[in-house]
This record gives sequence, structure tokens and C-alpha cells, in this order.
Amino acid sequence: MATIELDSLVKRYGQTTVVHGIDLAIQEGEFVVLVGPSGCGKSTTLRMIAGLEEISGGQILIDGRIVNELQPKDRNIAMVFQNYAIYPHVTVADNIAFGLYRSKLSKSEKRQRVEQAAETLGLSHLLERRPSALSGGQRQRVAIGRAMVRDPAAFLFDEPLSNLDAQLRTQMRIEIKRLHHRLGTTSVFVTHDQVEAMTMADRIVVMRDGRILQVGTPLDLYEKPVDVFTARFIGSPTMNLVPATLRDGRADLSSGGSVRVPPSSAKTPDILVGVRPQDLVPTQADSAGLTVSGPVAVVETLGSETLVHIETAGQTLIGSAPGRQIPQIGEHLTLHAPSERLYYFDKVTEKALAA
Amino acid sequence: MKEAASSPALVLSRVRPGRIVAWTLLFIGGVIMVTPLLFMLSTSLKDASQVYDLRVIPAAPTLDNYVEILGDGRFTRWFINSTIIAVIVTLSNVFFDSLVGYTLAKFQFRGRYIVFIAILSTLMIPTEMLVLPWYLMASQFGWIDSYWGIMFPGMMTAFGTFLMKQFFEGVPDDFLEAARIDGLNEFTIWWKIAMPLVTPALSALAIFTFLGNWTAFFWPLIVTTSAELYTLPVGLSSFAVEQSIQWEKIMTGASIATLPTLIIFLFLQRYIVRGVMLAGLKG
Repeated sequence: MATIELDSLVKRYGQTTVVHGIDLAIQEGEFVVLVGPSGCGKSTTLRMIAGLEEISGGQILIDGRIVNELQPKDRNIAMVFQNYAIYPHVTVADNIAFGLYRSKLSKSEKRQRVEQAAETLGLSHLLERRPSALSGGQRQRVAIGRAMVRDPAAFLFDEPLSNLDAQLRTQMRIEIKRLHHRLGTTSVFVTHDQVEAMTMADRIVVMRDGRILQVGTPLDLYEKPVDVFTARFIGSPTMNLVPATLRDGRADLSSGGSVRVPPSSAKTPDILVGVRPQDLVPTQADSAGLTVSGPVAVVETLGSETLVHIETAGQTLIGSAPGRQIPQIGEHLTLHAPSERLYYFDKVTEKALAA
Repeated sequence: MKEAASSPALVLSRVRPGRIVAWTLLFIGGVIMVTPLLFMLSTSLKDASQVYDLRVIPAAPTLDNYVEILGDGRFTRWFINSTIIAVIVTLSNVFFDSLVGYTLAKFQFRGRYIVFIAILSTLMIPTEMLVLPWYLMASQFGWIDSYWGIMFPGMMTAFGTFLMKQFFEGVPDDFLEAARIDGLNEFTIWWKIAMPLVTPALSALAIFTFLGNWTAFFWPLIVTTSAELYTLPVGLSSFAVEQSIQWEKIMTGASIATLPTLIIFLFLQRYIVRGVMLAGLKG
């Protein structure tokens, strides 16, 4: 177990800067997820921590020791790759044993460690097989086995679930989480999938264009996004945003009606009012909240809830109805969200308005 | 296939005219290829008086030629020479071509592209043009009439380097990076991780190099002077200049010389076909 610190970390490729001096402190035993759209610098950051990419500026500390110049093998980290990177020409047991390549353990001790890891991951009966005879989920487990057999200071995961089908992804998500609880090893996990980030992370780091936008617990990010990007990136379906104009402490919505806005630091009258689909439901309206109405355009039946897209003033807003209540297309529907469930952003800077 | 096999009528109805033309052409091609081999074998079973009797099946077949050739110390020596040279050059190519190919494919360094182009450009120079500089070099270093003299021009080839580079490019970087994290050094990564992943290309390269060197004639002829250092093709050709042309001896020697290539082909034809396809696709 170890702490990981990034201090003004920069990565440049020629003239292009892809990571702009980011700072991050990861605590011992923490499970941190770097999330963001492709090209946001999250994988590059992870690869710099691993030592697979040279850093162009700043420093990286693992357990308080500067590792900028250290080879990957000298950083005592283990990494799991998106395409598993398990060697097709050797057996599962040999693949896992590669994790102990530099270890001074005796052959029998190594064998024991490999068997232990295999047992933890439910691979014991597959040890003599070749990777080609394994399913995607099993292959990823072998990759994790190779990483954990060494008992490293930290695990780095580079989108390890992206190649798995939806069901397996959910299952592996739980397995990795359970493994983390058991081993307590500091983990950094990169993904572009906000559901993975939300479900697995102790803390999420939202990245965009090589910068960190926000760091916080999943609920922090969900409840208090600092800007429009995070607000829309976290949560599914994405948050509805309605343009509005501030006037006398109220926001006149472009979709009609107005809501009372708490006193804020808004510099311009143009703002965006945000509401999550889960908070926009067909209930009795009260004057304090946001009320929108319009014809139903699309209905998405999920069973547990029904997502309802309504057209209002040229904009489509998504709300949610109880699972068994399925509105008809074209039906006129009124949806409401209480005022404490609304988010306010400056339209120009896209930053959240401080209450 | 299964359906067709279950009903002969269906097989006939499925045979399209195009197929018949293709099969006929292939058959003719096959006959053209096989006939010289048959004559070689047939002549090797004739005595000197029957050589110009062009019957495929000899009137009085004899193994005398084989007994004589195999009993002749020179032939055994040439066979061993050819084997040593072909094996060493093949091993050298497999090792060095893939080492350079790997470096060009997987490491970013200044001038990488220029090095690659320089290697590739040597493919455009015909062997005949290179023979003179090779000879001058060999003679100045004192390599004339030595194994090394025969082998040195082929120890690494541009084609092999190019072939291996193309293949190593197909090996995902993740494999190498995972190995780097596990603590393998760069040489071990190449040897233990990357090389096993390009086995088809390696076998193709090995087969081509072995066959090429086994049958090489021009350069070994030029660089050797003493009969003990002849390779098989050079040695066999000497049957044609001493006294008269001893066709039956040449053909017997050639028949024996064909054996290794035949064995290689029988066991590795799968790889040869794959190698040709790969070289065609990638080249």
C-alpha cells in the first residue's frame, strides 16, 4: 500500500500539451477513478504514474519517493491493460507467474503465490490452459492475477473492462471492488464510463482536455458538480439544462415559467438551470420548483422507471415516471422538480453559481 | 462441403466451368513442375549408357549411382558443407533480422525512418552487382575459400529485416509494456514475449532462408576454389566440367540434395503457404 502524489504533472508531445500541470494526492488504500472523455489525458496520466510515458514537467511521488526517473519495474506498481496483455504463448499459471519475474522467492514459493492468486480469482481449474481457451472475463482475471501476485504498492487499471460485454462488465466491476476491499491496495482506475466511476470509486477525478475539473466522492460530484461538463458527465441520463435569464432573484426560463434562484454570484444575467431526469417527475406542482409541460415525444421503458422525453419550447427535456406508469406518445404531461433539486450555472463560464 | 460429400450428383452439379478451367491449368502447371523432377529421379536410376534413352521408367534400373556418389567422400563433404552453411545463415537471419526488425518497429529514435529506408533500398541492388564488392572484401579480409566467405553476405538480409519489422508492428505495445512493468529487461522482452508472438513469420523467414542458401550457386561458386569447401550445387556442377558431363551422377546428387527441401516442405508446407501469403500481403 502506498500514497501517490502528482505535483504539477505535465505531458507534452512536441508542441502539444496533453496534460497541463495537474495536482492530485491519492491516499493509502484509496480507490481513485480517473474519468473523462477520450483524449482528456486520463490514460496518459496513468501511464506516467506507471513509468511507461516520460513526464515533461512536475513530479510523481509514490509513497513519498520521487519516481520521475525510475523504470516501471522499479516503481513497485502493477498494471492491468484494456486488452488484458496476457501472453498467448504461455499457460495461465505462467502468465500469472510473470508478475513474480523479478521476485527472489523460491520456485515452490512462487508456485504457491500463483495458486493463491488463482484461487482468489476463481482460476484454479484453468491454470494449465492457454489464454486462447479462456473467455474475456477469465482473461481479464488472469491479468488481474498477474498484477496482484506481486503484492504491489499500487494497482493501475487502464480501462480494463472496456472489452467486456455489458453483463460481464458489471460482474467484473463488483469483483474488482471486492478484491480492493480485501487487499486494500491503493488503486488508480481509468475509465470513460461514468457508471464504472460512480460505482467503484472512493473518489472520482473528472478530467477534460488535460486538466482536472473536479475531485470528490461519487455523491459529491453528483450533488455538487462544479461546472456544466461534470454535471452532464456524471449521472445517466445526462442532466437537463434550460437556458434562463436572471431578473429580481428569479430566473425566467426559455421553456416558459420562472423559478426562484438563491442569491448567487452570477456576473451575467444569462444562466443555465439544471435538473436531473430522476428529479423531474410527474407530481403536484409547487410554486418554488421547476415546472415544465409539453407533449411526450419519446418513452423509454426501463422497468424500474420510465424515462419520458417531453418537448417544450423547442427543447427536449427528460423526466422520469414510475416504472409501471407509461405515458402515451403525444400525451400532454406536466413534470415538476422541487427547488432544492435544481442546479444553476453561468451560461458563459459554465461554472456552477456559488449559492 | 459436408452436403456436397453426401451426394455425388450434387458435387457434379456444383462444378462450374470456371473450376474445370482452373483445375486444367493447375494440372498442366503441376505436370510442368513435376516432369523435370521425374526425369531427375529416373536418370539417377540409369547407368551412363542409358542416359539419353528418354524413357521415364528406366529399362534397367540400378542404384549403382547412389552407391558410388554416397561412397564418394567429396559428395558427403559437400552435403555437410551445405548443411552447415544453410543452418548457420538461417539461424543468423532469424536472430539478427528479427532483432533489427523489432528495434525498427518498436523503438522511437531519431533517424529510424532513414535507417529503415537505407536497409530497404539495398533490396533494389541486384546480386550480380554486389558480387564484385563482396569478392574484393572477402579477398582483402582473407575470407576467400572459407565457410565465412560463403556465408557473410547472407548473414542478415534486408528482406528478412523488412518482413520481421512488419510483423513486430502487429504485436500490441501492451504486451511489451506489461512485461516492462513485470521487470523483464528489453532483450528478454524481445526474446521471451515478442518473438513467440511472431512465430509464423519466423518460420517463413527460416524456411525461405534455408532453401535459398541450400540452393545457392553463384556466390559459393565464385568464393570457393578448393573442392572441400564446395556446397552441393557447386560440387554437382563440377561433375559437368571434369572429363565429360556425367548426367547420371549430377541427377543422383541432385536427387539426394532435393531430399532435405522435400522433407522441409512436407513437414512445414503449412508455414510455407502462410509465409508466402504473409509476405505477399505485407510486402
